[in-house]
Amino acid sequence: MSVLDIAKGMGVTLGHLFKKPMTVQYPEQKAPVQARFRGRHHLLRHPDTGLEKCIGCSLCAAACPAYAIYVEAAENDPANPTSAGERYASIYEINMLRCIFCGMCEEACPTGAVVLGHEFELADFRYQDFVYGKEDMLVGVKGAKWQRREAAAKGKDVELGFTAPPRPELEGVDY
Amino acid sequence: MAESLLTVFLKALLLAVALLGAFAYMTLIERRILGRMQHRIGPNRTGPFGLLQPIADALKSIFKQDIMPARADKFVFILAPAISITFALAAFGAIPGGPAGSLFGFDPWVVDLDIGLLYILAATSMGVYGIFLGGWAANSKYALLGSLRSAAQIISYELGLGLSVLTIVMIAGTLNLREIVEFGVWSVSPWLWPGLVVAFATFWISGVAEVNRTPFDLPEAEQEIVAGYLTEFSSIKWALYQMAEYVNMFTAAAFISTLFLGGYKGPAFMNAIIPGSADWPIVWLVAKMAIFMFIFIWLRATLPRLRYDQLMRFGWLYLFEVALGATLLTGAVIAFVL
Repeated sequence: MSVLDIAKGMGVTLGHLFKKPMTVQYPEQKAPVQARFRGRHHLLRHPDTGLEKCIGCSLCAAACPAYAIYVEAAENDPANPTSAGERYASIYEINMLRCIFCGMCEEACPTGAVVLGHEFELADFRYQDFVYGKEDMLVGVKGAKWQRREAAAKGKDVELGFTAPPRPELEGVDY
Repeated sequence: MAESLLTVFLKALLLAVALLGAFAYMTLIERRILGRMQHRIGPNRTGPFGLLQPIADALKSIFKQDIMPARADKFVFILAPAISITFALAAFGAIPGGPAGSLFGFDPWVVDLDIGLLYILAATSMGVYGIFLGGWAANSKYALLGSLRSAAQIISYELGLGLSVLTIVMIAGTLNLREIVEFGVWSVSPWLWPGLVVAFATFWISGVAEVNRTPFDLPEAEQEIVAGYLTEFSSIKWALYQMAEYVNMFTAAAFISTLFLGGYKGPAFMNAIIPGSADWPIVWLVAKMAIFMFIFIWLRATLPRLRYDQLMRFGWLYLFEVALGATLLTGAVIAFVL
């Protein structure tokens, strides 16, 4: 390593001293994520009728490599249908601590009901709070359980700490 | 001497406090500059701009569990970090901070030794005891290896250090640091400048090796032999070793500024801007030390670590010869040209 190479290397580090660092100061600045980022799951609805897309077929639970999903199906009430098919998911739970956020459930779903969104701020305090039910994941619900809990306690809206470009599969999700 | 023992004692106390305070904030400055050179910010969360970070680190060091390995040699284990920090602080005492009487009527140095230069070399050499006694007393493989390597490294690079210093001594004719500064080694003759430039370079490289800084920091290589001789030390003892390392860095920076860059004297043109400013105590020495501390940090951010055999080969086969050549050149110029 000649003196010239050392000098060139030192020039590089000196140049970096005067450039802007790439650090995103996270809570104060919003962290940018890619459109294809796999975060918390959303259960989508049909945009025209407003009915849930999920038909309770359990293909997602079968595909999940971590066995994180639990689905119980029930017959649709013809007068008051919840989903667009014959059945709907009466119980739909995902254990966020078992989930590895791989996206196999999203790939397996025949109707495109379960889609992984961009939320990653999911930390909480108790194990039981990590089992997200349908009411925690339906489209329109913004933020993780703890974010909604604290926002309700303070009386303010949930504020998400990231910015993400939109994905066409994520219908109806706005952030 | 003209000043009372009490005054000297108070100045020594003040110097020790100042060095330890400077050490604390030097760790923060180093982490921030290293961060910016690595395209990231350094610590900025504890307090505004991370200014409380050294205090947080100090509190952490004090409150951590102080582990004494069961088979360690207890007395030496406790003594070794104390030796390191004592000689590191003691070495700095001989460095003059300004012209006589300029610090509000007091002399801005702890003691004006006629053998000041030799004293600093001796005191920094004594600091090696702290390192290899620490590694030996810890009674652990990695600590022992680290400490032996460090001792061998420091002894090897003292050659380059001593020979570089010899050029200054030949030109100035005195070991008294204050007189070397007043003498002005660059002002004698341009014939001496090549020898002085080479001596400056070899002195700087030897100084970096003496302080165990990257690229010569294999003894405490965090990634390789766990932490080298520091492995078994926790809490305050570890903090004392870090203090000793940074104070040694300060001493090396002050030493090279004093010998080669005119120490506490300001540039002559400053006298035209603000009359008498070239004689202000301490500020110019601190400014020159700051340049060298920045170069220490810059080297750490840039260079990979030398492997131990590369380090020894460099010290004995290249640095020693170059320093010897510079000394011989200077001697020849003084004898035959001047």
